[in-house]
Amino acid sequence: MTAAAQTAEAAGRRSTGTVRRLAGMLHRRPRLRLSLLLTAPLLWLAVLYLGSLTVLFVSAFWTTNSFTSEVVKVWSADNFRALLTTPVYRQVILRSIGVALAVTVLCAVIAFPLAFYTARVARPRWRPLLVVAILTPLWASYLVKVYAWRLILSQGGLADWMLRPFGLSGPGFGLPAAVLTLTYLWLPYMILPIHTALEQLPDNLVDASADLGARPGRTFRSVVLPMVLPSVAAGSIFTFSLSLGDYITVQIVGGKTQLIGNLVYSNIELNLPMAAALGTVPVVVVVLYLLAMRRTGALSSL
Amino acid sequence: MRGIAVRLQGLRKTFGETVAVAGVDLEIRDGEFFSMLGPSGSGKTTVLRLIAGFETPTEGGVELAGQDVTGLAPFERDVHTVFQDYALFPHMTVEQNVAYALKVRKVPKAERLVRARKALAEVRLDGYGGRRPAQLSGGQRQRVALARALVGRPRVLLLDEPLGALDLKLREQMQLELKALQREVGITFVFVTHDQEEALTMSDRIAVFHQGRLEQVGTPAEIYERPATAFVASFVGTSNLLQGQSARSILGTDGTHSVRPEKIRVLKESAVADEPGHATATGTVAEVVYLGDTTRFLVDLDAGGRLTALQQNLETSAEDVAAYRGARVRLTWHRRHTIQVPDAR
Repeated sequence: MTAAAQTAEAAGRRSTGTVRRLAGMLHRRPRLRLSLLLTAPLLWLAVLYLGSLTVLFVSAFWTTNSFTSEVVKVWSADNFRALLTTPVYRQVILRSIGVALAVTVLCAVIAFPLAFYTARVARPRWRPLLVVAILTPLWASYLVKVYAWRLILSQGGLADWMLRPFGLSGPGFGLPAAVLTLTYLWLPYMILPIHTALEQLPDNLVDASADLGARPGRTFRSVVLPMVLPSVAAGSIFTFSLSLGDYITVQIVGGKTQLIGNLVYSNIELNLPMAAALGTVPVVVVVLYLLAMRRTGALSSL
Repeated sequence: MRGIAVRLQGLRKTFGETVAVAGVDLEIRDGEFFSMLGPSGSGKTTVLRLIAGFETPTEGGVELAGQDVTGLAPFERDVHTVFQDYALFPHMTVEQNVAYALKVRKVPKAERLVRARKALAEVRLDGYGGRRPAQLSGGQRQRVALARALVGRPRVLLLDEPLGALDLKLREQMQLELKALQREVGITFVFVTHDQEEALTMSDRIAVFHQGRLEQVGTPAEIYERPATAFVASFVGTSNLLQGQSARSILGTDGTHSVRPEKIRVLKESAVADEPGHATATGTVAEVVYLGDTTRFLVDLDAGGRLTALQQNLETSAEDVAAYRGARVRLTWHRRHTIQVPDAR
């Protein structure tokens, strides 16, 4: 063995020794290990995530100089008062919640049979492929998909062309178009949890129900549906909150429709505190929605 | 003459290339405690699933109480199943689980409750109706599954290794309870198990399965004392076969013979045991297994082969029997305990 090789090996052993000692020390001090592991992510969560939410909430209580649009740090609840009393704001808030609910219901109705097929009807060897197929749209850019829908829904577009033989025309741009496009966008988030729940549903529960005399319809209502419902609720958390916060889809296919997101966007330049107040609305609504869903056991099936 | 509860005719079931059930003909009588015994993969569970209707036979048919049900769905058959892992509905309470069969049949709610409570009392679970299955122990879940399957008073109750997940003490207790319950309700029980002791303890009759076929059907005594095939002889009880050369030199005949370990006495080699009608063989003790109440001697015979002998520890202690390891011994048993079995296939 050459002298150089010997030195290299000795150095290697030394460094292994240091690493070993360090590993041993960490092993004996679980608290130190935990704090080393979690400090950075917790800081991120506290400062950037919760911090920005706090700034949002605090700035909602400020006002603007109506001439210069400059933020004036004077405390007032005017913005929130305006939210609750101005008819336009109230309308937009209710419309946004309505859209989010409509998208959620549509997603659930479409996703259930699809997930039932992918999880229980399709041959087992095809199932992973089908799941990938469901997820594929998520790999495409959001904007591309929305513009694709704009093309589909435009005058003389695919929707018009397909409906013409029935004497109908496409929905055009507007609220229905926005709901339709959002449903398409968030559908995978609904299918996936339902698929998982249906796949994990033990076969012998279905067998047991039939064995005890239940016809398929009864088995579905009494066994399959109740056991999958928490996952539907879990999926709805995604579809609901994603729809509530969306404003680009509405801009592209929604015609003149305005949702909360659009109001936030249009207020950002001129009246930042108002935008902040508007921005807290979806946060509050989603928190309320989460609390409601927690009762269904959805949070434990996320 | 009792009626026939279940009749299987030429039953065959294949899964792709695999033959799970290779032609089974069987009649199970009304009110019988009938066990289907066999190692895993012997087709006994598939036969059970064919009776329940979860599988449709590749060939042959299933009759329940004289009616051909081969093409009927599980919910059209008057049989209920106790599943191996119980298959309780986790989102329902114990009471809702038990009442499910009644609810499905649109029994009025008040009657449903009364009958569910009665069924729970039958399995000694009064007062547990409001709990969820997850809050129960394994043994309690097992009872709930039993009550749920019994509440509708099916013509036949199918039990798929229901005691497999329980510990030994509980299992022995449940065996006796199951037997008592069956006598009380008078329903035909078809019980699938791989545990020969369980089958012997509880059954009126036993069917021994091997590689998708029936090896023997008979009472526990018949199965144990007059095994029809070498497989039955070795699967029920300890494998103790004398074949070929050793059979010739010990018994003076050819063929395959079986002796139950508890029939064999272990003596010192020097002991003279030429009692009339007894067979005797000398050998070396290869292993001594002390079991508390009994001791098991594994003896390599001079004539070839190995026999297991089981002795009560009447006066011997663990130290005494340990001294036998490696010792020369003489084995002796009455010839009437030698059973000739057809040669192993």
